[in-house]
Amino acid sequence: MTSTTRVWDVDVERRFEHAGRRFDLQARFATDSTRLALVGASGAGKSQTLKIIAGLTAPDAGHVRLGPRTLLDRRAGIDLPARDRRLGYVFQDYALFPHLTVAQNVTFGLGTGLLNPGRRVDDPRVRRWLDAFELAPLARHYPEQLSGGQRQRTALARALVAEPGALLLDEPFAALDASLRVRLRRELAELLTRVPIPMILITHDEADVENLADEVLRMQDGHVLRDVPEFLPPG
Amino acid sequence: MEGAWVPLLLTLKVAGWATALNLFLGVGVGYLLARKRFWGRELLDAVLTLPMVMPPTVLGYYLLVLVGRRGTIGAWLQSTFGITLIFTWQGAVIAATIVAFPLVFKSARAAFESIDPQLEQAARVLGLREMAVFLRVTLPLAWRGILAGLLLAFARATGEFGATLMVAGSIPGKTQTLSVAVYEAVQAGQDDVANFLVLVTSITCIVVLLTAGRLVPGRVAGQG
Repeated sequence: MTSTTRVWDVDVERRFEHAGRRFDLQARFATDSTRLALVGASGAGKSQTLKIIAGLTAPDAGHVRLGPRTLLDRRAGIDLPARDRRLGYVFQDYALFPHLTVAQNVTFGLGTGLLNPGRRVDDPRVRRWLDAFELAPLARHYPEQLSGGQRQRTALARALVAEPGALLLDEPFAALDASLRVRLRRELAELLTRVPIPMILITHDEADVENLADEVLRMQDGHVLRDVPEFLPPG
Repeated sequence: MEGAWVPLLLTLKVAGWATALNLFLGVGVGYLLARKRFWGRELLDAVLTLPMVMPPTVLGYYLLVLVGRRGTIGAWLQSTFGITLIFTWQGAVIAATIVAFPLVFKSARAAFESIDPQLEQAARVLGLREMAVFLRVTLPLAWRGILAGLLLAFARATGEFGATLMVAGSIPGKTQTLSVAVYEAVQAGQDDVANFLVLVTSITCIVVLLTAGRLVPGRVAGQG
């Protein structure tokens, strides 16, 4: 990595128009942080920024670079489709496939053909993550049979099994109760030391920032403001 | 009474073909209307729903104008392929397909629209091409709704009368379906034949509706 290559180099614009209301998103940040927290009020544009990075929302202009890889550069005519960006994404409500078991969900991204993995899938990579997240006994359960914490772990395992180049987490703890949140936050912190890939975390919770992030970006009205003092960890 | 089986088998053949055609047409159009934004989308939906609300005889007249010997499509089919649809069982299939079509595409559209778009986005992020997203996520989640629509379409095609009579006529053994045969039997005063045909038709429709009813209320897991 040369000195000019940052972990994230994002500069994107997108105008949203819905029911006569206009929202201008202008997300610009370049950072070497591998544990980035994106904070800000609802509707500030955090989720849309994450979706633009993942290739799920198309920006009007700009670029997205992850280390040496250019995922998007409108001026250079580069726009990798989401399937080729190799990013792990955990949606706010996890978006587990309801018609597939836990094991099938985790195996999902390992084969990109036209058929879903069978119910008797047994891949060592999948087993490793099922074991790591204590999901092995639930491998044949369906998402609706799982608790919130189990769903969150399944979503994380599904995102990590294909060894993504970065992990994008959209409020991964929001749907959990407080005690579970503390435990899963600690698990994720440990995981990130074992799997050192860049992470961007959207959160409303200051405890997430303190425990998981080494840099904070605050978004407000579609713009990124940097290093907001009251959100920085003390000391 | 022996002859009563002939219209039954013909009806099953016609309804079966109409349902099979609607599987592709209805799912395709339902997906288009659910997922693509284009000008005139709701107008297209309304126009395609017309066969459900129009009198079947009006529909039959439209079909005659289009695929009849002197119709726009009919004359072309005749001169290019030597195919005539009027007074054939294939003509009955076309009539039944169009009459039942709204039931399939409406169910399919509703089923596709009830799927959380984030599930498809999750599949894309995990590396799937659009065709794989459709076959592995969209279709399995919409399948129940589509199947219910297909069963209703089969029942509707089984009972189709007006448009079929106008397009395919009532040739015994060739185009005379159950519903048309009932009409002919009553007209001819053959009450025993009519009774038998009515019983068979009723049982067929009840079986189909019961099956459809078992599929519809069972909402797709994880949707609620």
